[in-house]
Amino acid sequence: MPREITYREALREGLDEELAHDDNVIIIGEEVAEYNGAYKVTEGLWKKWGDKRIIDAPISEAGFIGMGIGASMLGIRPVMELMFFSFAYVAFDQMMNNAATCRYMSGGLINVPIVVRGPANGGTNVGATHSHTPENIFANMPGLKVVTPSNPYDAKGLIKSAIRDNDPVYFMESTVLYGMTGTVPSNDEIEGGELLVPIGKASVKREGTDLTFIAHGRAVVTCLAAAEILAEKHNINAEVLDLRSIRPLDEEAIMASVRKTHRAICVEENKPFCGVGAQISSMIMEQAFDDLDAPVLRITSADAPAFYSPPIEKLQLPSPDEIVERALSIC
Amino acid sequence: MASKTANQSTVPFADAPINQSLTAGDKIELLRQMVRIRRFEQTSLKHYHNDSIGGFLHLYIGQESVAVGSISLLGENDHVITAYRDHGHALAVGMGMNECMAELFGKATGCSKGKGGSMHYFAPDKNYWGGHGIVGGQTPLGAGLAFGVKYKGLKGCCLCYLGDGAINQGAFHEALNLASLWSLPVIYIIENNGYSMGTSQARSSAFPKEGLAARAEGYNMDWDKIDGVSLYEIRAGVQKAVERAHEHCRPTIIEILTYRHKGHSVADANAEKYRTKEEIQEYMNKHDPIEFWKNTLIGEGVISEDDYKAINKEAGAEADAAAEFAIKSPYPDESAIFDDIYWEVDNNTEAGRTGRHFFHG
Ligand SMILES: Cc1ncc(C[n+]2csc(CCOP(=O)(O)OP(=O)(O)O)c2C)c(N)n1
Ligand SMILES: [Mg+2]
Repeated sequence: MPREITYREALREGLDEELAHDDNVIIIGEEVAEYNGAYKVTEGLWKKWGDKRIIDAPISEAGFIGMGIGASMLGIRPVMELMFFSFAYVAFDQMMNNAATCRYMSGGLINVPIVVRGPANGGTNVGATHSHTPENIFANMPGLKVVTPSNPYDAKGLIKSAIRDNDPVYFMESTVLYGMTGTVPSNDEIEGGELLVPIGKASVKREGTDLTFIAHGRAVVTCLAAAEILAEKHNINAEVLDLRSIRPLDEEAIMASVRKTHRAICVEENKPFCGVGAQISSMIMEQAFDDLDAPVLRITSADAPAFYSPPIEKLQLPSPDEIVERALSIC
Repeated sequence: MASKTANQSTVPFADAPINQSLTAGDKIELLRQMVRIRRFEQTSLKHYHNDSIGGFLHLYIGQESVAVGSISLLGENDHVITAYRDHGHALAVGMGMNECMAELFGKATGCSKGKGGSMHYFAPDKNYWGGHGIVGGQTPLGAGLAFGVKYKGLKGCCLCYLGDGAINQGAFHEALNLASLWSLPVIYIIENNGYSMGTSQARSSAFPKEGLAARAEGYNMDWDKIDGVSLYEIRAGVQKAVERAHEHCRPTIIEILTYRHKGHSVADANAEKYRTKEEIQEYMNKHDPIEFWKNTLIGEGVISEDDYKAINKEAGAEADAAAEFAIKSPYPDESAIFDDIYWEVDNNTEAGRTGRHFFHG
């Protein structure tokens, strides 16, 4: 029987293994220690690793993330939890300026091996200020990496790689995915004894021949549902490419899939303006124009702040039905 | 702590001029307001549990005296802004239960048309500027409302509420410096309920032994510390700050000691882990501001136990009717998604018609 665990447990295992792997790894965040994490990702870690490694922070995002950046210059590897990634905006200067540019400004004398992680998603009726999806905003800045796991396996493998990475990695999860279960092999089933997923490698989550959905995070799950409907009801065989990281971006995998299927739809829960799909569709146009049989489409969240009202917020996010409808328009 | 048979002469701060000026009717009205807030929230909790309300629900139960006492001092040029635990302030400034309840249900008849939810009540017509979700984010806005009042040459102030956890946000410290440096009539009220989510005050804040508000000294600002169980004490203390703002255009920080009976939000699964059951019981039984005020008024001979029961019943019926109203109200139309984003677009002005504003589809 393959081992099934939740996305939340997968993250926790990854964190726990890295705490064991390197004494310099620490976790800082609001309610991460004694409370066991607002979303229980860090449950049990304080009990196991103690006050020195698992640190409850006051509500001071700019302060503790900036502090983590400073500590990382001395080789500490802080993993900092944002209770919601939306709160990154309180720490924007630290995350955009200090983390991203110290290396460049010092002519390469410094590096900043931090991870900032937390949920970045809409769809839970928590209103406009708590529903931001800033993957495109942070990926805009050279020097930063942005990772967006869509399932438990990738969550574990990617968080471990993120912690070992010597550059700042912003790791965007989803409260909607925390309870999702999936197969994650235990270490004794893995060659090399541990699960590491490289940052910068996309993965094909469903093989297809007729069009490619290019997605990340929870949008991958939505695309997989859409692909099933297309196969069952419309005899269309869609490929689903999970980017896994936005920057670095697996350009090769994108082009290989487009050259195979000749149609592409970028799907994300981000907002449309300069979204991840905007970058990708322009790259496809430049590099694979002659392979396309249809214009590249983009499906995003509605171009509006998140609406609280539950039935209305649902309409703001990409749904399998919307994806099917748009897919049919180009197939 | 006053005994159950409190009477006017033994309740501290009853003799403050601002309290002496209260008529029996005023005192009953203050009681009614606190009870209405509590009944509103108890009703909302019931509907949260039957899934009619989504997202967050941060209850103010136990803290009602803070909003009701301080807001009772305000006049037409005074303003209010707070964080996400905002139902009490909303009802205290005079918002109706219907529009507030409908907002929780995400209905078009809600005070924010279903767009904001529990954390985002607003009523500019009542000088009530929200309802804000980012901890500490409202504190510079509070300074700004005070700036606006001063700029317009009005005698007024802004009451800006924040939690004991929020005092550790950088934005708050920048706002404090501006408020003192530029002499802004803003009053920061720290509603110290002892915890920021599961973190006690001792684990979240470094502060002088006099208390959280004493940080004001670093900004050359006046401060005060008040026990929030008594409306008399809150009114007497906040009134001094209001006068300071009105007469001298100076800011104040006031720490009001209070307690939330419920979890941080309804989803707080640990509400009885980071604090003991005994501690919660102690506050509910001995420091409940509604019980305290009720007993004060009974002691003064202003009301009887039966009067209190009637007030409670009436407030409960009002809350149930509000829930009925919310249930019967329609959800917003899908087209509302793109309303209320740009003023110019909403008003169909030339600026709103120039260039593309939205990029969906
Ligand atoms: C910038 C930011 N960080 C974290 C949060 C999550 N959060 C919401 S309320 C809260 C606790 C605030 O405690 P306090 O200021 O004492 O107010 P109380 O909830 O007790 O009224 C936290 C951590 C947030 N909303 N915004
Ligand atoms: Mg608090």
